Amino acid sequence: MADLWLQFLLTIDATLRVATPLILCAMAGIFSEKSGVIDISLEGKMLMSAFAAAAVAALTSSALVGLITAIGVSILLGLLHGLASITMRGNQVISGLAINILASGLTVTVGIAMFQQGGQTPNLARVERFRPIELPLAEHLGGVPFVGSIYREVVSGHNILVWIALTAVLFTAFILTRTRFGLRLRAVGEKPEALDSAGVSVTRTRYLALIIAGVLCGMAGAYLSTAHGSGFVREMTAGKGYIALAAMIFGKWQPRGALLACLLFGFLEAVASRLQGVEVPLIGEAPVDLILALPYLLTVILLAGFVGKAMPPRAIGEPYLKER
Amino acid sequence: MANGDSAPPLAIKLSAINKSFGDVHANRNVNLEVMSGHIHGIIGENGAGKSTLVSILYGFYSADSGQISINGQTTTIRSSADAIYKGIGMVHQHFMLVPNFSVLENVMLGHEGSLSIETGAKKARKVLNKLSQDFGLAVDPDMIVENLPVGLQQRVEILKALFRGAEILILDEPTGVLTPQETEQLFEILRALRKKGVTILLITHKLKEIIAITDDVSVMRGGEMVAHLETTRTSPAELAELMVGRKVLLEVDHTPATPGEPVLQAQDLCLTTMSGINQLKDISLVLRAGEIVGIAGVSGNGQSELLDVLSGITAPTSGFFQVGTSNITAQQPSNPARLRALGVAHVPEDRHKRGIILPFSAAESMILGFSGAHHQNSGWWLSPSRLEADCAKRMQDFDIRPPIPSLASANFSGGNQQKIVLAREISTQPKLLLVGQPTRGVDIGAIEFIHKQLIALRNAGCAILLISVELDEIMSLSDRILVMNNGQIVGELERDNADEKRLGLMMAGITTDEGVAISQRRVRS
Amino acid sequence: MRSLHALPRWADVGLIPLINVLTALVVSGIVVAIIGENPFEAMMVMVKGAFVYKGSLGYTLYYATNFIFTGLAVAVAFHAMLFNIGGEGQAYLGGLGAGLVCLMFDSMFPALVLIPLAIVASAGFGAVWGAIPGYLQAKRGSHIVITTIMFNFLAASIMVWLLAGRLKAPGQMSPETRSFSANAELPFIHDIANAFGMEMARSPLNLSFVVALLACVGVWLLIWRSRLGYAIRATGHSTGAAEYAGIPVSTVIIITMAISGGLAGMMAINEILGVQHRTILGFTSGYGFTGIAVALMGRNHPVGIILASLLFGALYQGGAELDFEFSTITREMVLLIQGLIILFSGGLAYMFNRPLAYILGALLTPRIGGGEPHG
Repeated sequence: MADLWLQFLLTIDATLRVATPLILCAMAGIFSEKSGVIDISLEGKMLMSAFAAAAVAALTSSALVGLITAIGVSILLGLLHGLASITMRGNQVISGLAINILASGLTVTVGIAMFQQGGQTPNLARVERFRPIELPLAEHLGGVPFVGSIYREVVSGHNILVWIALTAVLFTAFILTRTRFGLRLRAVGEKPEALDSAGVSVTRTRYLALIIAGVLCGMAGAYLSTAHGSGFVREMTAGKGYIALAAMIFGKWQPRGALLACLLFGFLEAVASRLQGVEVPLIGEAPVDLILALPYLLTVILLAGFVGKAMPPRAIGEPYLKER
Repeated sequence: MANGDSAPPLAIKLSAINKSFGDVHANRNVNLEVMSGHIHGIIGENGAGKSTLVSILYGFYSADSGQISINGQTTTIRSSADAIYKGIGMVHQHFMLVPNFSVLENVMLGHEGSLSIETGAKKARKVLNKLSQDFGLAVDPDMIVENLPVGLQQRVEILKALFRGAEILILDEPTGVLTPQETEQLFEILRALRKKGVTILLITHKLKEIIAITDDVSVMRGGEMVAHLETTRTSPAELAELMVGRKVLLEVDHTPATPGEPVLQAQDLCLTTMSGINQLKDISLVLRAGEIVGIAGVSGNGQSELLDVLSGITAPTSGFFQVGTSNITAQQPSNPARLRALGVAHVPEDRHKRGIILPFSAAESMILGFSGAHHQNSGWWLSPSRLEADCAKRMQDFDIRPPIPSLASANFSGGNQQKIVLAREISTQPKLLLVGQPTRGVDIGAIEFIHKQLIALRNAGCAILLISVELDEIMSLSDRILVMNNGQIVGELERDNADEKRLGLMMAGITTDEGVAISQRRVRS
Repeated sequence: MRSLHALPRWADVGLIPLINVLTALVVSGIVVAIIGENPFEAMMVMVKGAFVYKGSLGYTLYYATNFIFTGLAVAVAFHAMLFNIGGEGQAYLGGLGAGLVCLMFDSMFPALVLIPLAIVASAGFGAVWGAIPGYLQAKRGSHIVITTIMFNFLAASIMVWLLAGRLKAPGQMSPETRSFSANAELPFIHDIANAFGMEMARSPLNLSFVVALLACVGVWLLIWRSRLGYAIRATGHSTGAAEYAGIPVSTVIIITMAISGGLAGMMAINEILGVQHRTILGFTSGYGFTGIAVALMGRNHPVGIILASLLFGALYQGGAELDFEFSTITREMVLLIQGLIILFSGGLAYMFNRPLAYILGALLTPRIGGGEPHG
């Protein structure tokens, strides 16, 4: 029984770790999509920043410099997406897709040129990574039944980026509902001409949203390569950007909903990795691949309106054209 | 303010404004002088360049050349923010409101006052209350805008402008969505604003409104300003002539109808949306061969939905209608293709959205609705050469210019596009023709042509259902007139009994004599 | 000022894609230079690798075959204004269809029966995988971009599950089916050539290239000569007009997506029946996404798609050569070029249009003096 409890706690702990990049990316997605810009480039931004973080951390021996570079790179890609989809009024889906493919090619090409390790970065040393933060008394309180074990196994021992991700949810919710910028952001995704006629620049508001999204994606990427992992591996995002996109939709473009969806999807992944190779009674070997596919399936079911209805911002995907 | 003898200051002065979109010269050397504290009208046909001009004034477009002075000072207006800063407010034809925001949020947007919206909201609420009282503009600040009726949404727009400190208020075709009574209320508000010294620029294509409310009027035609007049010294006839550039014969050569057998019978048609809004309620009507029945109503009162139901695009939620011997009900819906086969033709309200496909060649647009395999006997395939030959012949019959079947539909003028639609629909010799806004955005010459065609079709025994927001068009073409309000048919008038006043009241949903009396009191007070 | 539409058709169809490719190549060249290699040398290696070396042309055409199928798939959907980014998953499931037919019948039927059956199965499986998102879009309003993305991942999960499970050949480690019998093999072009006494270098190019060309003809007939194509284009340009015309919009969307998915699924016949002769994990290798670049460059027209497929075939084959010649640049360089081409011809599509329209306008209508053209 105690073992099962521990197993459960470890799974919840793993859920948080797995969900962190999803949460950051989903919040990024909320910023861009609330502003009316479809963002399937979450994946590419995260991949590029994962590479940038690890590469720079390896070169400078500083995880922080790596993180800052990652954020910078991610913002640049966000601006490129903005150039295509806001300034040039191109197709936002195509632009996002281009960025994703570009990121796949560029990370490996530059990675090989820099490190000659087949596209990987060197393994990062402890100082080059964000390390777990053991909360005070975690070991001592671990013995306290129930609460103590939760404190030790689930709450304590996360790196700073996990906490930043959780804070990002509050930040996103606060910005959207309580601030002037949030009001304008929601307006520009629903009816850009209303904002324009109120004398506020649609272009600037959307770019700002994309920059914030860039910051969040940059942190997600840095988390993958310099906190969760210890170095960059080619294609290391492996579709996480798309899962975050799915979680954002699943959460109906709301910070709280998206957080819950990220935790759910993270939980599924954590469970799947625990079940790898485990024989389950009646079923046989656990269908891990199918569990991993559940986020996609659930999102399709939600989008199809079989459970509730996910309504995207009204002006999403449409470039704002003032002059006809 | 002006003090007696000296010339009153000009609120707006535009000199030699030019603006082109591609090859279209929308504004050509436009001059305009608007006196402070006046209600100044700009009248012109659709496409005369009025909207472009005020969009330049409001910073939505930038002029290619020309000069703008506001209150005697030469300025440049690069954006709406500039315009707002200079005290210009605008009520757009299509409201600039965020539908899922509250009234308060919409009013605040862009002028929140502080970084946090809560502190801003408190102040805004106070200002809003004061404005509401001062000008009789009562609206609940916490209502969600999309749940408000159109008239109130327009008030929110006016409040927005005043909240931003507008001293010059531009209204672009503000009455298109209003009933005559709501229009009168709007005019009351405008008069109140004028009394407080607000300068108002009213853009419209309706002569009556110019006469009713403005102090001065400027007339635009084909992108140019053709006249500036004092309203009291002009007449509707003179303005109409200036607008179109020659004498208009709005009277159509209309002979009494000789209605025959019923062609269309509708009984208790209802259409309810998923969210439970009744768009059509118990519509019953009979249409006979050889008559034109007009449907009057403020746009948005179910006319479009009625056309969609009768043409088979939407199935009714209950009730039925009968075309010939076929019954169409909620349980046995039809579709446009099948109804066409029964002899129903349909000239849709919005030709760009439905009537033609802009990137398609004229020849391809000419078979829209007739591309289904059962219409021509060539099976699965289409032959471009044959389509173009057929199209060329119809272009000749209907005088469509330029007569080039391979030209993209987008490259024809509004009138010629409408003729493409009409040619397609009429040449099947329909038993029933459904027509929506047949002359919207169409030049005068084409209007005459289209009206003649409709009368000729009626004389040939076709039943015609005519929907139009132009009361004049309804009154001059129809043999009988039905009035729609809020999804219902609220009354019927014979051609000879129809006048604008009665129609106007019915359009507002007031049908009883008592109601008429009450509403008249209200309008006067 | 000239409007955006003022660009002459020949420029829009010919010049713009050319500029897009050149810009993408220049940017990639800059990346190569930054890495410290000579971009012109790299270019030469790619050109030689794609066209000059023995058998290289065959490889180029073999890659092009994949891209023709996936490019046509994207293009057909585009005509109905549907953005099908699910080509990858549809092709993957196409491989399942072809594989299942071969596993079941390869000892039963002769090639003349088996191969058409396998082709139908690959198209059918792809069609179903395209039609479901089509259905969800048409009937439930789910955004097709998102659903097709999800369906790519779902397809990948299903294939991993099956190939590592039930379909795995007994006594084997790698996740793939057993090899099919010779009945299931589409003949290689070099074998056909040899049979006719022509010397030809070995390459994976096989008869499915001909099938791909036939598919191009089919798509052209469908889109511009058939009533269904009219309905597809009408739906794409104006849903309102299509409804008005009595075109069953939902059905057209579903059918279009089925055709699109079917074309993507047929990519499997090149890989599975033509080359691998068994269904393997990850045989689609991103070709479904390349189809988007191909359709964009080829302006959704079969002729353009053939040309764009040749270009991408050359890039892929030439890119493979980079691996051998350089230690620092690899075939991932091609992904970079591909991403840039998609960016320039899709996302930044209007970047070159306006200046080009302006330049052409100035060149083609020389004005004398400064007179106002409208008078």
